[in-house]
Formats: sequence, structure tokens, C-alpha cells
Amino acid sequence: MITFDRVTVRYSDDGPPPLREVSLRVEEGELCLVAGRTGAGKSTLLRAINGLVPHFTGGTLYGSVTVDGRDTRRHPPRDLADVVGVVGQDPLSGFVTDTVEEELAYGMEQLALPAAVMRKRVEETLDLLGIAELRHRPLRTLSGGQQQRVAIGAVLTSHPRVLVLDEPTSALDPTAAEDVLAAVTRLVHDLGVTVVLAEHRLERVVQYADRLLYLPGDGQVVDGEPAAVLTGVDLAPPLVELGRLAGWTPLPLSVRDARRQAGALRQRLADTTPPEPPPAPEAAPVLAARKIVVRYPGTVAVAGVDLDLHRGRVLALMGRNGSGKSSLLWAVQGSGPRHRGTVTVDTGGGRDPVDPKQLPAGQARRHVGLVPQTPGDLLYLETVDAECHQADRETGAAAGTCRTLLDRLAPGLPGDRHPRDLSEGQRLALVLAVQLTAAPPVVLLDEPTRGLDYLAKRQFVALVRGLAAAGRAVVVATHDVELVAILADRVVVMADGDIVADGTTAEVMLASPAFAPQVAKVLAPAPWLTVEQVTAALGPAWEPA
Amino acid sequence: MTEHRDGVDAAAADPGSGPRHWSAARLPRGLHPGAWWLWALGLATAASHTTNPLLLALLVAVAALTVLRRRTDAPWALAFRMYLVLGAVIITMRVVFRIVFGGGQGEHLLVSLPEIPLPEWAAGIRLFGPVALEQVLGGFYDGLRLATMLVCLGAANALANPKRLLKAVPGALYAVGTAVVVALSVAPQLVESVLRVRRARRLRGATGRGMRALRGIALPVLADALDRSLALAAAMDSRGYGRTAAVPAGQRAATGALVLGGLVGVCAGTYGLLDSTGSGYLGLPMLLAGLAVAVTGMLLAGRRVHRSRYRPDRWHPAELLVAGCGIAAAAVTLLAGSVAPELLYPPVSPLTWPEVTPLMLLAVAAAAGPAWLAPPPPGSPSTRPPTVGTSGSTVAAPTRTGDPATSVPGGHP
Repeated sequence: MITFDRVTVRYSDDGPPPLREVSLRVEEGELCLVAGRTGAGKSTLLRAINGLVPHFTGGTLYGSVTVDGRDTRRHPPRDLADVVGVVGQDPLSGFVTDTVEEELAYGMEQLALPAAVMRKRVEETLDLLGIAELRHRPLRTLSGGQQQRVAIGAVLTSHPRVLVLDEPTSALDPTAAEDVLAAVTRLVHDLGVTVVLAEHRLERVVQYADRLLYLPGDGQVVDGEPAAVLTGVDLAPPLVELGRLAGWTPLPLSVRDARRQAGALRQRLADTTPPEPPPAPEAAPVLAARKIVVRYPGTVAVAGVDLDLHRGRVLALMGRNGSGKSSLLWAVQGSGPRHRGTVTVDTGGGRDPVDPKQLPAGQARRHVGLVPQTPGDLLYLETVDAECHQADRETGAAAGTCRTLLDRLAPGLPGDRHPRDLSEGQRLALVLAVQLTAAPPVVLLDEPTRGLDYLAKRQFVALVRGLAAAGRAVVVATHDVELVAILADRVVVMADGDIVADGTTAEVMLASPAFAPQVAKVLAPAPWLTVEQVTAALGPAWEPA
Repeated sequence: MTEHRDGVDAAAADPGSGPRHWSAARLPRGLHPGAWWLWALGLATAASHTTNPLLLALLVAVAALTVLRRRTDAPWALAFRMYLVLGAVIITMRVVFRIVFGGGQGEHLLVSLPEIPLPEWAAGIRLFGPVALEQVLGGFYDGLRLATMLVCLGAANALANPKRLLKAVPGALYAVGTAVVVALSVAPQLVESVLRVRRARRLRGATGRGMRALRGIALPVLADALDRSLALAAAMDSRGYGRTAAVPAGQRAATGALVLGGLVGVCAGTYGLLDSTGSGYLGLPMLLAGLAVAVTGMLLAGRRVHRSRYRPDRWHPAELLVAGCGIAAAAVTLLAGSVAPELLYPPVSPLTWPEVTPLMLLAVAAAAGPAWLAPPPPGSPSTRPPTVGTSGSTVAAPTRTGDPATSVPGGHP
């Protein structure tokens, strides 16, 4: 269905090519997963399939890409619209019209399909993806998962034979991600659509994939069965890491496979218990929020929430999209609206506690630092160095403070680089360094791991642990259950503006399957959360069977 | 996807065609936006041919009644009140100007304001001075006429979805229509971006004033907008936008000239028709000639566009009826003007009480027709089913964007 014949892509003459001499074939009806580190060329590979590379992005493509017998050299993306459907990372930015039904019809209108055909296909697609009740809704009012399904539906109506999805679940909560993936697998199995899908969080997708294309980052593509490819890959979901630790072959890709092989391991771990979570802190909280209420027109985002943050502890804030996590963080920091409730931050040294909302913005950040969901919003200068200087100046810190922090967070970041050219992880590190320059005792991070690959996530975990070890209170709002399992001391789950669960990580995460990490699902009923814990329990003398 | 499936698709009957019963035509639905615009233009034409305050007031009342009965709860429909306010402002301005700059003389003095003496070179201009009833009334009549025309156009705006009107443009103007639609949807995104970045800047302790703040806000917002428009362009390209057949340059220029020339003719003709003092050839003949030229150009250009339209608005009897009502109102007013012009332009000096003739009432009745004859709009309170999930109730439901950080107050549509 898709053939890459010795494909090399170059964007500039001096830089290394994102793809070098790549030859591969994707057969009809395959679900093909594309994995690799950020910047390894995943997007380039995906966009080459429908000719966006090089017709739209510029650059030079050597070799040939053929889709359903059509060469992308002679067919620009618009001429392939009836064969390849592409859904970008942010579905909202790809919407052309403003209601669901019109969006579904847009592609067919461009293909000049008769009105009767369009009418019927729209109805079919609404049913196929389970979005019939959304048909008249404005696209902007949909939740992330709904938007993603509408975006998939909007390309499906043209009956493409290939569907290309770029990180379809990266911004979604676990349940919404399940919905989207269920829809995708249904397309593969019921309609025989060929799907090529890029994803950072392999644990969500790899069990459904027939093939894995792994991009190590040097322009090559490793191609093969998922289990076989993952054996030699440095980034892997927890399930695979557990399988490697236990020496299972083939490596398990789904919880079911792993559980069937895990009998011996469960037995081996039967007489050990996971390390106790750190005891409840005895010191007074550094930040106490009481009865926080945030309202927006027509909706209550946060409905009277209490929150205590302690020094040296990491709290994970979870809950589906729109449950009030961000609103709560912004209200606690004082820059966002807060319609009722109080926040007191202990300033230490016997001084009076303060409410960041009462302070000018420049003072508030010295008590509570917040890194927003789109960290790039804070950056507006041309180079990394300029941003660091500005951060020192606006906080009155000694020159070089910000740069020192940055070097600790992301060593070796070139100072003359434009902030927009940084990778997601590097940009996050820069903004975090800027915010830490003010030395706040409380650090709030809103969805920090969006777009981070496993390695960047591992660095992020080390970084946050470092912050906690230095005596800061850290809050991480996230959908990523695996990250929470590794990182958090305490988990708070929000729904509809209320706190519905609050407890130690093990208590909250083992209580419901939606929040349970993969290791917990495999080793249940024993309360293990992470591969790290299992490794420690087995001890250095452990030899896999 | 396959031959078989396409065959099934093609065999499906268009639910919009086939015999339509009167009861089916009365089902709640959105009317063709062109019908509402024709109706409103008819009303505006009628209003432009009279200064009779009674007739004008009746026309405003009719427009308001129709809007109240047939509007949806969409945002543009709620703008009608703004047009009413604007009309009131116009009337007030007219009257105030008449009082300030005097000018008109009359027998019925209301008050005598002290006149401000002006230098020699400003002779002919009078500031304040005696205020006569005739002069105030003249200003009021004039202002009311203008306000009525404005309210009629406001009614069209409230009743017809502006985006659907853009969708109804002929194939030749498709690219222009798409650009406008995209621009319309980008504007709220830009506002949202600005609010988000401004709020984020507070996190760095920025005050939000001065050149530095402007730069700190403008750069991320522009970068954001650029990223978004690139993503949109890529998405549109991948979905087949611009799959037109190759058109020779000469033909493209010819169709462009035909369309533009025709539209200029239509504008001139409309002006001639609305301006009762203009010469005859500028009116209806010019309008028709312009229309013919423009339509020819658009047909020529439209033949080359390979595109179809999903659920296009069609002209059904209800649409013809609504448009006909507006045209009838204009025609009857013109007729009344030729029968008794002094009643359509009641003189202010000597003061006479304005009268309403049966012909004028007939025009008003025709104008009011659509309030009952047009099918009710979808999702209006009287037609909305009691289930959740209909268009009307979900629009008003609490908005849940995928990104709570952007849900700043006022940032929601």
C-alpha cells in the first residue's frame, strides 16, 4: 500500500538528513506504529506519505514514495486526498469549518462527491466513531478526545485507504485515549484501513500494532514485529522493561500477555513487600489552600477545594480534561481568577504568611512558581541567553543564576539557540529555569510531559525529584499514569471541580483500573507500582530465568 | 472505498428532493439566507421611499416582530438589539444636529437658545438660536428613515447565518468565501491567544504595560498564529482544498472582469433604485444588466470548479414566499408613492398630522408575512424536543475545551 524506495529527506544542505536511504513497505490493512525520540524524524516520515514533505514543507526528497500506486513526486497532497487521510497533532488547528457535521463534509466537498453520497457517508461516519450526538456542536466546545475523533472522522468520510495519525492521544486523558484507539483499531479490523500512527506513549498503542517502525535518530528506520524491535530499543513501555527484567520471551506487549507469563515472578515476589511510602509529613504545610472556588460563565471549574502542599513532597494532580486541574493551579498561584477561598504560603523565618493573590505579580512568583501548559507563552526573546539574562534581571538574582539552573536541568543547551527551535523537553527546562530563578518554595507544573519521549521523561523525573530533595513542594498536573507511579508521593484526583480521591500514590492508583499503571495490573493483587520497585525488591543477585 | 460501497452510496436518494407536502415545508429548519436578505432589502427599499413616521415605525415593529419570532439563539442573532440602539443613536444625532446648527425656520417656537456669534467667514452657519418644532420634526423624520433602513438590514443579519450566506456564494467566489470563513474563525482564536499569553506573562512578574509588554505579548501570539495557520494550510491541502481543473490565464482574467464589472453594475443599480432623486436609467435597468453580466461571469468560472456542496440551502416555496413578501412591501410602497406622494412625505411646514392609508397598511402586512409564513428555526424553544443533545441546548451547555488553561473568562464563545 505504501512503498518507500531509498528515500532521503534533507531540509538543509549542512544538517543531517532526518531520513537517509529508507526503504520499506507497509501492506494493506496493517496498523503500523512509528516510534522514536523527539526530533528523530517521525513527523517527516508521516508527512512524506501524503507528499506534505516536500511539497508543503520544502526540503528535498530523493528516492520515491508511492501510495496505492501513486508517486508523491507527481501528486501533491491535494491529489492524494482521496487515498491518504492525515490527522495532525493538534486537531483543533486543522479544523476548517466550525461545526462537526460541516467538518465531516469538508473533505468530500473538495472531492466533488455528489450530495446524496455525502449525506450518507456523514451519517455512517458519525455512527462509526460514536459521535452522532455531537453532530451540531461547534468544534471549539468539544473535549480533546471528541475533537480527535471528529478529526479522524473528517478524513474518513473521503474513504481514504491509508490513515496517518500524528500523536493522536498525546493530549488526552486515559479514558479519552482508549476511545480514540478503540475507534482506530475498529477501522483497521472492520474496514481494512491501513493506519500509520506515531506515538510517544508506546504503552497505550503497542499492543494493537502489527508493525513497529523505530527511528533511532540517525536517519535509519528499524522495521519489524513490535516485540522483536523493542528488544533492542532504549525507549520502552514499563511492560517491556518488566519483561526484560524477568527475562520473558517474547516480550509482552499487552497486560494480558504479561500476566500469563508472570506467575513465576509473582511467586518470587510473594514474600517481599514494596517499600513503604514516606510517612505523612509532620511539619505544617508550606502552602494551604482553603475552599477555592473558580467560576467561568456557565460553569464552575473548581468547587470549593482544599489543598495542602508540603516541603519535599511531589503531588500529582489527575483527572480528565476539563476537570478543573489547571484552573486550580492558576488560582493557587494567584495569576488566575479565584472567586472565593484563601491561599496562605508560609514564608519561613517567623514572617507572616502571605496570599500570592494579594501580592504584585513580581512578588507572587517568589512564593509560588507556575509553568503553564504551553511553556512557550513565557518566552519572547531571540536567544536562550537573552531569556536567562532577562530572568536574572526581573528577579534581581545574581547574574548567571538562571543559566546555572538551566545547566543543571538540561546540560549543554546552546545559548545562541532561538527558544522556538528547542525541543519540547528543552523548552520546558528553560521555562522551569526561568521560573526557578525567583526561588519559589512551591513549584506548580501544568501538563509538563506532553510531547516528551521516554528519555526526556526520565530526565524530567530526575529533575523533579531534585527539586523535592531541595525542599520544594512540587505539584504536577498530568494524565500520564506511568509518570505518576514513578514520581508522586501523593495523588489527588479531580472530577467536575471537586476532589474525588486524595491519598498516597499506591492507595489511589491501585484503587481503580483506570489509574493503575501497567506493572500494578500485571502483579495485582500485590501492590507494586513501578519496575524500579520490582528491581529493588529482586536485589542485585537476581538472574532472569 | 470500494466499488460496491460507492454504488450503494450513489443509489441513496437525496432526502431533500421528492414531493414536499405543506406540512413538511413547515418543519423547523433554517431558511436560505438569501431569502431573508431579499426580504430585508425590500423593507429597506420601502423605508427609503417615505418619511412618514407612522409607516416607518410600523416597519421597524414588523422587523422586530419577525426577528423575535424567527431567530435562533446563535450569537449573531442576539446582535439585533445593537442595531436598535444604533438606530436610536442615529435619530438622536439628527435631532441634536438640527438644534445645534439651527437652519430650519418654523412658526412653532419650542425654546429660544442663546445664539453663539460666529466670525464673518462662517456666515451661513448658525449655532443654537431659536428652536422650532418643524426643524426638530424634520430631523426626527430624516433620522427615523435612516434608522429604519439600518434596522431592516440588522434584521437580515440576525435571521440569516452570515457563514451560510458565504457558503451560498457561487463557485467562482469560493476561494474568497473560504478566506473570509477562515478569517472569521481565526479572530476568536487570536483573542484567546492574547488572553492566554497575557495571563502567562504575569507568571514571570510582568506588569503588562509599555513597549516591552507589547513585545512580550505580540511575539508569542504571532508565533502561535503563524504555527496555527501553517497547520491549517497543511490540513486543507491534505484534505483536497484547491483541486481545481487547470484554467487558462486568459479565461481566468475574462471571468474576473465579467464578475467585477457586473457587481459594479449591481451596486450602481441598487443605488439608483434606493435614491429616488436619481435618473431613471440608473435604477432597475442598470441593476438587471449588472446582474446578468455578473451571473454570466460566475457561471463561466463555476464550470471549472470541481467541488460539491454538502446540504446546500435550496430555494423552496417558503423561501420564495419570504423574499416575495419583502418585494411586495417595496412595490406597494412605491405604488402608494405614485398615488399620493404627499402622504409618504408628510410636510413639516405647515405642520400636518401624518396619515396611514390602506395601501401603506397593505405594504406593512406584506412585510409582516414572514413572521408567520416562514418555517420556525431549528432549536427554538417552541420546537426543541425535551431531550438533551439537540443543537440548541448543547450550544448553551458549559463549554469544555480540551485545554482548561485557555478557558479564561470571556474567552469562550
